[in-house]
Amino acid sequence: MTDRGGVVAAATGVEALTTEEPVGRPTGWWGMVMFVATEATLFACLLGSYFYLRFQHGPSWPPEGIDKPKLLIPLVMTGVLVPSSLPVVWAEHGIRRGQPWRLRAGLAATLVMGLSFMALLVIEYQDDLQHFTMTTNVYGSLFYVITGFHGLHVSVGLMMIGWLLAASLRGGSFGSHRHERVRNAAIYWHFVDTVWVAILFTIYLSPRL
Amino acid sequence: MRRTAETAPRPARRQRRPGPMLLLAGLLLLAGCSGGSPSALNPQGTGAARVNGLWWLLFWISVAVFAEVMALLAWALVFRRGTARVRHGQPLRFVTIAGAGLPFIILVAVYGVGLRDLAALGAGPGRDALTVEVIGHQWWWEVRYAGRSGATANEIHIPVGERVKVRLRTDDVLHSFWVPQLMPKTDLISGETRETWLEARQAGSYRGQCAEYCGTQHAHMAFLVVAQPRADFDAFLDRLDAPARAPQTDAERRGQQTFVQGTCAACHSIRGTGAQGRVGPDLSNVGSRWSIGAGAVPNDAGHLGGWIANSQTVKPGNAMPPQPVDAARLPDLIAYLRSLE
Amino acid sequence: MSTTLSTPPGIGREDLARLAEHWDEPRSLRAWFTTVDHKKIGRRYLVTAAFFFVLAGLSALVMRTQLARPESGVLSPQEYNQLFTMHGTAMIFLFATPMLFGFGNFLVPLMIGSRDMAFPRLNAFGYWVFLFAGLFMWASLPFGAAPNNGWFAYAPLNQDQHNPGLHMDVYALGLLFLGISTTSGAINFIVTALKLRAPGMSLNRVPLFVWAIVATAFMVVFALPALNTDNALLFLDRRFDTHFFDPGGGGNVLLWQHLFWIFGHPDVYIIVMPGLGIVSAVLPAFTRRGVVGYPLIVLAIVAISIVSFGVWVHHMFATGLPQLSYSFFSAASTIITIPSGIQIFAWLATMMLGRLVLRAPLLFVIGFIVTFVLGGFTGAMFALTAFDQQVTDSYFVVAHFHYVLLGGALFPILAGIYFWLPKITGRMYHEGLGRWAFWLVFTGMHVTFFPMHLYGLFGMPRRVYTYRSDLGWDVGNLISSIGSYVLALGLLLVLIGVVHAIRRGRPAGPDPWEGDSLEWSAASPPEAYNFPVIPCVHSLHPTWDERTVESTTTGATKDRILSEGKRTLFTSELDARPERAAPMPEPSFKPLVLAGVLLVFFTALLLGAYPVAVAAVLAVAATIAAWLWPPRRPDEEIGIAS
Ligand code: HEA
Ligand code: HEA
Ligand code: HEC
Ligand code: CUA
Ligand SMILES: [Cu+2]
Repeated sequence: MTDRGGVVAAATGVEALTTEEPVGRPTGWWGMVMFVATEATLFACLLGSYFYLRFQHGPSWPPEGIDKPKLLIPLVMTGVLVPSSLPVVWAEHGIRRGQPWRLRAGLAATLVMGLSFMALLVIEYQDDLQHFTMTTNVYGSLFYVITGFHGLHVSVGLMMIGWLLAASLRGGSFGSHRHERVRNAAIYWHFVDTVWVAILFTIYLSPRL
Repeated sequence: MRRTAETAPRPARRQRRPGPMLLLAGLLLLAGCSGGSPSALNPQGTGAARVNGLWWLLFWISVAVFAEVMALLAWALVFRRGTARVRHGQPLRFVTIAGAGLPFIILVAVYGVGLRDLAALGAGPGRDALTVEVIGHQWWWEVRYAGRSGATANEIHIPVGERVKVRLRTDDVLHSFWVPQLMPKTDLISGETRETWLEARQAGSYRGQCAEYCGTQHAHMAFLVVAQPRADFDAFLDRLDAPARAPQTDAERRGQQTFVQGTCAACHSIRGTGAQGRVGPDLSNVGSRWSIGAGAVPNDAGHLGGWIANSQTVKPGNAMPPQPVDAARLPDLIAYLRSLE
Repeated sequence: MSTTLSTPPGIGREDLARLAEHWDEPRSLRAWFTTVDHKKIGRRYLVTAAFFFVLAGLSALVMRTQLARPESGVLSPQEYNQLFTMHGTAMIFLFATPMLFGFGNFLVPLMIGSRDMAFPRLNAFGYWVFLFAGLFMWASLPFGAAPNNGWFAYAPLNQDQHNPGLHMDVYALGLLFLGISTTSGAINFIVTALKLRAPGMSLNRVPLFVWAIVATAFMVVFALPALNTDNALLFLDRRFDTHFFDPGGGGNVLLWQHLFWIFGHPDVYIIVMPGLGIVSAVLPAFTRRGVVGYPLIVLAIVAISIVSFGVWVHHMFATGLPQLSYSFFSAASTIITIPSGIQIFAWLATMMLGRLVLRAPLLFVIGFIVTFVLGGFTGAMFALTAFDQQVTDSYFVVAHFHYVLLGGALFPILAGIYFWLPKITGRMYHEGLGRWAFWLVFTGMHVTFFPMHLYGLFGMPRRVYTYRSDLGWDVGNLISSIGSYVLALGLLLVLIGVVHAIRRGRPAGPDPWEGDSLEWSAASPPEAYNFPVIPCVHSLHPTWDERTVESTTTGATKDRILSEGKRTLFTSELDARPERAAPMPEPSFKPLVLAGVLLVFFTALLLGAYPVAVAAVLAVAATIAAWLWPPRRPDEEIGIAS
């Protein structure tokens, strides 16, 4: 394949090395931002549905027979997930300076925090499932589908983080000239974090207001 | 009082505005002398009459604006073809005035009129108006009157000239209650109750039809609103509380026996008999109804027999299974049902 | 005036050879499956969407045959209900949007002077998903398992207990699957238009068609999630016994309608907007001047895309919501007609000042104006709640939306086909055939759909598989059916015209219309690299502009030839200042593989083979991971501090 050679030549030529430092926002950044925008709208629709169904439902919410959600575990989950954005930021800054060890350490920290979040979610579910399930009534459906959907996003985010970590451990992947993918995964992770706050408010706090 | 859709009395068309009617006359002709048509342009009720007025207003505005657009287009086509020199101006003022300014003025005015009409439609009848309860089923209408024990189906009797409250519920999926000549639509929402009202200005029968897609037989979910003088209406109401007409002949008696002892009673009720099923329409006055199967076929002996033997050929997919009635017993059953007025 | 196959001044033979070497894809089966060329992908979108259009159109012809006479028995109710649902769903989701995306795919990079889309492989992926999702949905029809609940599939008739079988699972999964394609396509358009514009093409020089596509793409990004939420919840209700739309379990059936129309109303503008963009692109060539009021039209486009999110309740005017909310949504729906009015009058003004060249594309544009304005008027009528409550769900509404859809999407699409056929195929169509097609389509359209206004007012509800003959609807329906055959004949002529052009048409040359936008400065059909020299744009009508033309000939510079490697130019978002030359990806099997795995996933969900679905999810993750896996590079290149 002759074209291959061309690409390599182009990528390693003098011009490439001097212009590789991205000027302006790269396409990947815009792509990720638009993707996050559409995902955020998805969550907005789900949370909107929650409030719509709640207010159409009648006075008692959660419906008879279900206690108001307990706050302890969700608050711990928040305490784990929201700060998990910090190591990502730190890692990203590190790799921009060409320090792969910071990238690796930061990603690893986030991975641990994210996994703890997922573990807490499982514990939370085990408790809730004793009282109601997805099929009990619309409250149960909303509760599990919204939190589960968010959990799914955390898992995807964790896969991204894990993937970055794997690639960076291999070496030769990221550096001060090449860190677009790190930034994009970071954007996604911040999004997953932020959405959790909205979910915390909707699912756990709003029934107590 | 036996009516079919064909023979239902239909009051003369009332033409409020000869002008537009003239223009549309040709088109109406196209529609095949729509004498029997449940046309919204031939309103016979307070609600529909209001909307009819609104329609003609909108119609004439549209004609005018459309003429304007066509005139400009035609001008361009006539004068700007061939050798004409291109002009490079940017007539922004023309675009803003013609495209935004004028339409805005028109629209604000029309919106005001529309709001007034919406309020009129929403005004509803007084508190203690007569209330009809209409329950949608796939694919027929159950009709009950507040304070009366009996029910009827696919036919709503109302007193002429009075505003009647209609309370709408559905037993299954969404339906929509629409009598074009009397009143615009109100949907029947699962799990909720909706209200509308009817007021007929003249005695007569007005066809209505379900207007929200509700499954296989959405096409055959029609009903008739029968507006009658108060005395006749009261007589109708009183019959609702009394037992159905008792069988008079031997054939009718045998028919009743077949009905009550057979499968029919599991799904249908006839007042004053053992038949108390609630799955299908109440048949206490089925003999006098305008149709069988919510407008599927006219109500006569032949169609009734066909319906009972296998309604699935008449109205495929409807909720009444084919009935294995003995051929020898069928005529009696038909005679009995036809006697129920 | 523009680049042809002979070497233009300013660019050397070696450069051309090198560009060809980097960009040309070999003619092989492998290349057919792996291509990432936006022009090939765009063409495929067009052909595939046209194929689904024929299927949906033939469904409509069968429906019209059934409705031609009262109480006819051509179709059973079950068949009719599947056909009208597939007709509507396919026309909206598998024809109109993808067809216009096809134009966008082919044209946007050409119009903005780029060599490809921002994400060429994502583009290929989007096409394969579209193809598979379309086949997924249509494949259910022969099994009698096609969606049967109308294109907006109201609850609770979409629920398991009222609608057993696979019908609505096909609907929910098919649309979710397709949504992946639409979303990725939309994001691609946005980023392409933001970052890949030729230097100098600041926002006030972006062609109106590109504005329209970008506005459309933004609407997709923010509207489609509502539909996806709806369908995901529906699937959960049907398969996993949740209660979102089930009043028995505390759910609410109107939630479906709200979510659907929060998507659905912007969607109708998603369909019409690129159509209007085509009109703005076609007019300059046939009026010999630019469209009047460029800033007003851009403003109108932006206004429509924003306001369109605030009118959805006008599809629910009969559901008995509070009057106050009706007055609000009625006002919003009334106001949204204004930007359309501005555009219509801007085009009229353009035609009144320009010199009309009455060729087939312009004929279709005129057909568009006549038809769309009529449809718009009925839309403005519906905006008044009281009137809408009378005619909603009747054939009057069917008339409205065919007027706006055929007027606002089909006519512009046909105009676009005739207009860009020379560019896409390099061949000219037969003008006489084009005129015949226009008159048949135009007549057929109005004969079919005008009477629907009337029998709608005469009380005929929509979605009925048959009707009694004593209701005054017979003649109108017969006329409609006859009209639909005329319409089909006209469309057949379009098809013949296209085939004829490809086979027999005379070579068109790069610029048969003397058009104003950049695609006319590329060869017909364009080279794989689109432009030997990426132009430097100096005005809104670059091809009519001396300085822009000069920038690709005598004024060509090395940083815009970019013949080393497969590269295109990234520029800044607002004023398109050059930022850097970026490498573009090579052909790849991965897009096809990923789409294929997704097809397995959705089929497994449909058939309830959940373990297979889980395996497919893992395969999806693995494919994406491999797709994006960063190449290994030496430390000094990636910039590791040592
Ligand atoms: C391409 C698609 C398209 C477009 C562009 C439109 C455009 C409009 N539509 Fe339409 N609409 C549909 C597709 C579209 N619609 C579909 C598919 C449905 C039915 C869905 C279903 O039920 O299956 C529907 C249904 C629909 C309804 C619900 C009807 C019902 O179900 O009861 C309403 C209600 O308000 C409505 C309103 C409008 C309005 C106000 C516009 C406006 O944007 C129109 C603006 C344009 C003009 C007005 C013409 C040009 C303007 C001038 C020349 C200026 C002068 C104008 C005036 C003074 C008025 N539409
Ligand atoms: C872009 C959208 C679009 C387009 C182009 C069309 C095109 C057509 N529509 Fe469509 N229609 C809808 C969108 C569209 N429709 C929607 C959204 C609905 C609502 C569905 C619902 O209620 O859920 C609907 C509903 C609808 C109904 C109402 C059904 C009902 O409520 O019961 C009818 C009835 O006549 C109809 C008819 C037609 C006809 C005759 C055409 C014709 O224009 C079709 C012409 C096309 C062809 C004929 C195919 C092309 C042919 C060739 C290339 C030639 C080769 C063919 C031959 C050999 C002849 N449509
Ligand atoms: C399983 C339930 C069921 C049984 C059993 C049944 N029906 Fe029905 N019947 C229905 C339903 C449901 C309808 C309404 C169908 C429709 O219009 O969609 C109906 C409609 C009718 C109608 C038309 C009523 C009208 O006003 O349109 C008649 C008459 C009728 N049934 C008679 C009978 C007779 C006679 C029998 C017994 C031999 C019988 N039915 C048994 C369910 C049943
Ligand atoms: Cu009931 Cu349609
Ligand atoms: Cu709308």
